[in-house]
Amino acid sequence: MMNKVRLVAGREYLVRVRKRTFIIATLFTPIGIGLMALMAGYFASKGGAASKSIVFVDESKIFEASDPSSKTHTYHFSAEDINTLKDNYKEKYDLLVHIPPFEDMSQKSHQVQYFSEEKLSVVTITNLESAIGKAYKKYKIEQSSIDVDLYNSFNTSIQFEDGILLEKIAAGEEEANKSGKLSLIIGTILGGLMGFLMYMVIFIYGGMVMRSIMEEKINRIVEVMISSVKPFQLMLGKILGVGAVGLTQLAMWIILVPLILFVVQLVIGTNPEQSAELMEMAQNMNTGKADLDGFNVSQIISEFNGLNWFLIIPVFIIFFFGGYFIYSSMFAAIGSAIGDDMGEGQQLMIPIVIPVVIAFIMLQGVLQNPNGNMAVFGSMFPLFSPIIMPARLAFDPPIWQVILSIIILIASCIFFVWLAGKIYRVGILMYGKKVNFKELGKWLFYKA
Amino acid sequence: MNVLSIQGVTKQYDNYKAVNNVSFDVPKGSIFGLLGPNGAGKTSLIRIITRITGADSGSIILDGVPLANTKIREVGYMPEERGLYKKMKVGEQLMYLAQLRELDRKEAKNVIDHWMEKFDIASWWNKKIEELSKGMQQKIQFIATVMHNPSLIILDEPFTGLDPLNTNLIKDEIFRMNKAGTSIIFSTHRMEQVEEICKDIVLINAGQKILEGKVSEVKNQFKKNQFYIEYEGLNGIVSGASYDVISDNDHKALVKIKNEVSTNQVISDLINQGCQILKFEERLPSLNDIFISLIENKNDE
Repeated sequence: MMNKVRLVAGREYLVRVRKRTFIIATLFTPIGIGLMALMAGYFASKGGAASKSIVFVDESKIFEASDPSSKTHTYHFSAEDINTLKDNYKEKYDLLVHIPPFEDMSQKSHQVQYFSEEKLSVVTITNLESAIGKAYKKYKIEQSSIDVDLYNSFNTSIQFEDGILLEKIAAGEEEANKSGKLSLIIGTILGGLMGFLMYMVIFIYGGMVMRSIMEEKINRIVEVMISSVKPFQLMLGKILGVGAVGLTQLAMWIILVPLILFVVQLVIGTNPEQSAELMEMAQNMNTGKADLDGFNVSQIISEFNGLNWFLIIPVFIIFFFGGYFIYSSMFAAIGSAIGDDMGEGQQLMIPIVIPVVIAFIMLQGVLQNPNGNMAVFGSMFPLFSPIIMPARLAFDPPIWQVILSIIILIASCIFFVWLAGKIYRVGILMYGKKVNFKELGKWLFYKA
Repeated sequence: MNVLSIQGVTKQYDNYKAVNNVSFDVPKGSIFGLLGPNGAGKTSLIRIITRITGADSGSIILDGVPLANTKIREVGYMPEERGLYKKMKVGEQLMYLAQLRELDRKEAKNVIDHWMEKFDIASWWNKKIEELSKGMQQKIQFIATVMHNPSLIILDEPFTGLDPLNTNLIKDEIFRMNKAGTSIIFSTHRMEQVEEICKDIVLINAGQKILEGKVSEVKNQFKKNQFYIEYEGLNGIVSGASYDVISDNDHKALVKIKNEVSTNQVISDLINQGCQILKFEERLPSLNDIFISLIENKNDE
């Protein structure tokens, strides 16, 4: 029995892996991602471009008096008339900024004009606005005779320390279970990524199983095949073979994408001006302080290493296969029933599409509240859990939930494959019949 | 000794019986015709024999062993609706099918080489199936059906789409394998092929068996005492006490001999009329005639 399943799976795998389209998709997706990163980097650096020589005509001298400087650009101040400078600033400067007189202290906004050959990037504008804004704030404080130090002391930065879960202290695990803010951010990104990956896996490889079955039915190969292989073996072999193809492709991407992104970083990431300007912007934005300050690369790496990869990776692989099995067996059943007419079978796809889409929508809520009721429900319901559970892994979900979720998942896999097998064996030999759900239900009870 | 014994097999779909209490035996070493009009239940029955589907009731014994306990490789089946993986190479495809029929790789390679040489297509190993014509594909399918040397081969309309040359090639192989002891079930509605190839037949219609036996016996059973005569000396023969003339054209006549009358009596009556007989032979009904009259009678009921 297993011997034949292996033969079928082996053929399915080899035929697919040798296909030109597989090789192209496997190699070019990472290259495409790399190119996109390269282009994004290129445009960002072009837009935010190199250091500019900026001349200010500051009518009220407020900005000039604050003695400003920039890491990226060079600032110059001119006492010349704006109208004459407007015509000849290009000879010496890249950018002319005109700050009109500022008279009314109660004024909350102030219009500043600039003249430039090219449109300025958002980053440059934001930086200049905030630099000038700071100077005006300082000026206003001075004018209102408030002590600057006193004013600054009004600012209180509230920061949550790394939280410690009480129950874990009780269990004597003080060290390992801090859930810092950074780890939450990383968990959200990682969880979203894994959820999205599962979503893709279900449709790409599940669809592959379906098309493969339809092809066999339409080409009438199936009748030749099932005189030597049981329909169930044929279906199972197909699901396993395509699953192996998916795993191969995924493994290649996991290796190639970081590799190519690393290369891209080497090419564009060494542009110091650009990153300096971005850093400057981040620092200038008031909110930046709490969120990004203090998180440096080594912290992110250590936080990343601190994740429980020995739990995340194996559990992710279990859910990868579980989700794939459940959905691809549904795709297999539908494929066997549709056969010759794709159009008529569209309604049969609904029970596959709806749960995946619901799970995908739930994913967002789950990432915001990874241990809430919705998350727990989503982890237990087998049509949602392949998308929801992996997304929660980085948030240290209670281990009993992980185990229970896996048990339900495996039981559901067996149930769905069995159910699909019942429909499949009838469907593949049924031609020219319009199939609906009632019909599929009847097939379940046909004698083998 | 029977290679296949079918007892009271019934298969029901929804509310019609595709196979309705059918019983018959296929003698070992025979070429057996499974006949019936379209939709009679032939394919349903074959699918039960090949274990693609199960019967609702009844029993099937293959070579003395209940079907469920036999090895899949004991039966070779070439379905009417047959396809191959278009993108696969001929050699790979046959290797794959051979392994599914439980041959190991080495065995499979030897057998396939043997058959491809026999059909003079050894150079096709690396050709893709889609590059082959329909008739060429059919040769591959025939090889796939017989390569594991099954004791029972089931061929469903094996000659459709083949040119006369290839038809003969396959036909000769069928006869050769039959001589070597392989039993063959041949399903078709081409009656002239049945008369040429089969020793025994069963005829089913609307899921039920309506006729069974050796081809010669069946023909005798349905003979109408008709004789074909070629003669000279007269410009026409007239019906007599011993026979009725059915047709008479250009010195070729078809007569029906009355019951309880011997052929010698008829001949002597004809001679007495002054008829010089050149040819006198019994005209047995063709299977085609029997088939049509039986099916029409059934459908009229």
